[in-house]
Amino acid sequence: MSSENGKRLLETDAGGLNFEATELTLGLPGEPRVTSDGGAKLGSKRGFSETVDLKLGDNNREVKLGHSLQEAAKSPVSKTQVVGWPPVRGFAKRGKKSCKYVKVAVDGAPYLRKVDLEIYNSYQQLLTSLEDMFSCFTIRNYLNEKKIEQVNGIEYMPTYEDKDGDWMLVGDVPWQMFVESCKRLRLMKSSEAVGLGLTTGPKYSSTN
Amino acid sequence: MPKRLASSLSDEVLEHVFSFIQSEKDRNVVSAVCKSWYEIERWCRRKIFVGNCYAVSPEMVIRRFPQVRSIELKGKPHFTDFNLVPDGWGGYVLPWITEMAGAYPWLDEIRLKRMVVTDESLELIAKSFKDFKVLVLASCEGFSTDGLAAIAASCKNLRELDLRESEVDDSSVHWLSHFPETYTSMVSLNISCLGSGEVSFSALERLVSRCPNLRSLKLNRAVPLDKTANILRLAPQLVEFSACTYSAELRSDVFSNLAGAFSNCKELRSLSGFWDVVPDYLPAIYSVCSRLTSLNLSYATILSPDLIKLVSHCPSLQRLLVLDYIEDSGLEALASNCKDLQELRVFPSDPFDAEPNASLTEQGLVAVSLGCPKLQSVLYFCRRMSNAALVTIAQNRPNLNRFRLCIIEPNTADYLTGEPFDVGFGAIVEHCKALIRLSLSGLLTDCVFEYIGKYAKKLEMLSVAFAGDSDLGLHHVLSGCESLRKLEIRDCPFGDKALLTNAAKLETMQSLWMSSCSVSFEACKLLSQKMPRLNVEVIDERGPPDSRPENCTVDKLYIYRSVAGPRFDMPPFVWTKDEDLALRLSP
Repeated sequence: MSSENGKRLLETDAGGLNFEATELTLGLPGEPRVTSDGGAKLGSKRGFSETVDLKLGDNNREVKLGHSLQEAAKSPVSKTQVVGWPPVRGFAKRGKKSCKYVKVAVDGAPYLRKVDLEIYNSYQQLLTSLEDMFSCFTIRNYLNEKKIEQVNGIEYMPTYEDKDGDWMLVGDVPWQMFVESCKRLRLMKSSEAVGLGLTTGPKYSSTN
Repeated sequence: MPKRLASSLSDEVLEHVFSFIQSEKDRNVVSAVCKSWYEIERWCRRKIFVGNCYAVSPEMVIRRFPQVRSIELKGKPHFTDFNLVPDGWGGYVLPWITEMAGAYPWLDEIRLKRMVVTDESLELIAKSFKDFKVLVLASCEGFSTDGLAAIAASCKNLRELDLRESEVDDSSVHWLSHFPETYTSMVSLNISCLGSGEVSFSALERLVSRCPNLRSLKLNRAVPLDKTANILRLAPQLVEFSACTYSAELRSDVFSNLAGAFSNCKELRSLSGFWDVVPDYLPAIYSVCSRLTSLNLSYATILSPDLIKLVSHCPSLQRLLVLDYIEDSGLEALASNCKDLQELRVFPSDPFDAEPNASLTEQGLVAVSLGCPKLQSVLYFCRRMSNAALVTIAQNRPNLNRFRLCIIEPNTADYLTGEPFDVGFGAIVEHCKALIRLSLSGLLTDCVFEYIGKYAKKLEMLSVAFAGDSDLGLHHVLSGCESLRKLEIRDCPFGDKALLTNAAKLETMQSLWMSSCSVSFEACKLLSQKMPRLNVEVIDERGPPDSRPENCTVDKLYIYRSVAGPRFDMPPFVWTKDEDLALRLSP
């Protein structure tokens, strides 16, 4: 695994998050939690890294982040990944012009998630977030043409249903246009996507 | 032997007396006096409230109370609002509607919160209850405008349709047009959650114009300003109104039309909505401001100077919801202008930014607590707090009954002293003896829980996040808070010991939620065995909890008392002790 993958996405975040602190530990009552950077506010308690809802398999497996770190570091996605904190209901609806909640279905998973497309600024952020949400699946990342290490041998392609009811590959249109037209997302098994003729990569560049 | 008083009054007399007793709590007490009172009371109870739809089964409710007219049900736990409960957990209303359709033909009110409501349920309601009057779906989901069309078409005497904060799928049906032309009974309509495609203006205008008893109208965002003015002119008798999207630039004709429409509304007391409002339009509402008692500006991105101007026109305000754009200066203005203020909620405009984007600190809250003698209910998001401020608030406002403070960054300490907020919250619970709801935040040790256990004797609901040091914290709360009904905890180092030691307490409470804490599956199974009248649900999407190492903690835990036993509609990611793992398919 490259050293890039070993670093947390959030290293550039001002909070100085300590990944070790978020490993599940069981101390006896009254025992202080071990911290490696005693002074940091977040060091001794569960911090913002509590983002991954789904961890199949080995608990100690690091979350895969094989995307371009520079891109991700530019945007403050880190805090929005903490599930349910701060506890503001429909937070994206307040103080914003619109909010765009869409359901995300993953082939093979018995549950749905919802994401608010308005909180992301690019496909990169969206895919990073989806990867975190469904971390046992690898999402084929067309934008960087990089093959992400497969966990369980199954690749998924991010697709969406647009206003006209057509299923499209995520990344085909400029980001804003996508946000406006997307009704729901589906992480489709690559094998199925082939059948639907969705295997062509986006005509649209990854720098937007 | 002297004749017992209870038997000297005839059943009819008792029933008549009981009819004056409306409160659920009082009714429960009455029914516990003796067997004959229990019998009489159960036949004449008309209103039922079920705080947890899984605590009891519909059959049990129907068996005990055969003549109910009004029911309120709540489903998913509160933390669902913050995406902590996976979709598909439960809270389905259909089994209830199905049973009640047969047993309660005269049911006329259904109020639901955080439940899954399908179109099938709505269609069943529409055809089963002939005199249906009130439907409130708060934070519900699972239905579409098809279901609404069924309600509109069949419920001739519908008075209230309130879809607050629900998620409605757009089936492209013009459901509003399904209200027949002969339908005139609407009193309260809340469709603020609907998307733009789901409401036809002309149908809406026709509906409003033929419903003379309409008192509360909350429209969705898509209704433009000129339509807003038209609708207001059709319903000058409105008491509550949710204003719609304001257009981008000020147009004097639109403005004067709107101002004129508002000035006709002499009964208007509550305003909300204000999405995308442009400050230049705000003076259009000045004519009603002096009578306003409730103002919800939590969607309005207007800044402090305009907010101050607005608030200074509203001396009768009792309830204000607003974004942190109001800033400390705005709250100081509020404190000096609005002496009747009872409830204040300040929401963060940008909750995910590490840097504050508005000058809102603890000072604003202190100002309001000093200036508003009737302040009872507070929900406050901020980035900075001090123990001194909390102590001041507690001493000046001992009449607080709801205090929810969210210091946005977890584990933030007192900015003046660097200390935890144990003393500050301790002062709150010590002085505010009527406190029934409390939410904690910031850096907190086990000490704060000791104070809470010691002083918060009337506390019914407590929310805790990123706090405490050990099981002792949880133990203090469970052993000390006598009135506790709901406890919700996330990301705290509370574990098996406190839970098992206080197992019996859990049966006196409605529910306990613990996520990202330190509870093991073994402890959950043990608790479940020890306490058969508790449903202990482990919510874990990672797979069977048994399959992980012994010391692995559960992801989420939801424990609630129930006389209905384990439920049969659990999704694959909910695990209980009775799990026949062979039947489970891993996701």
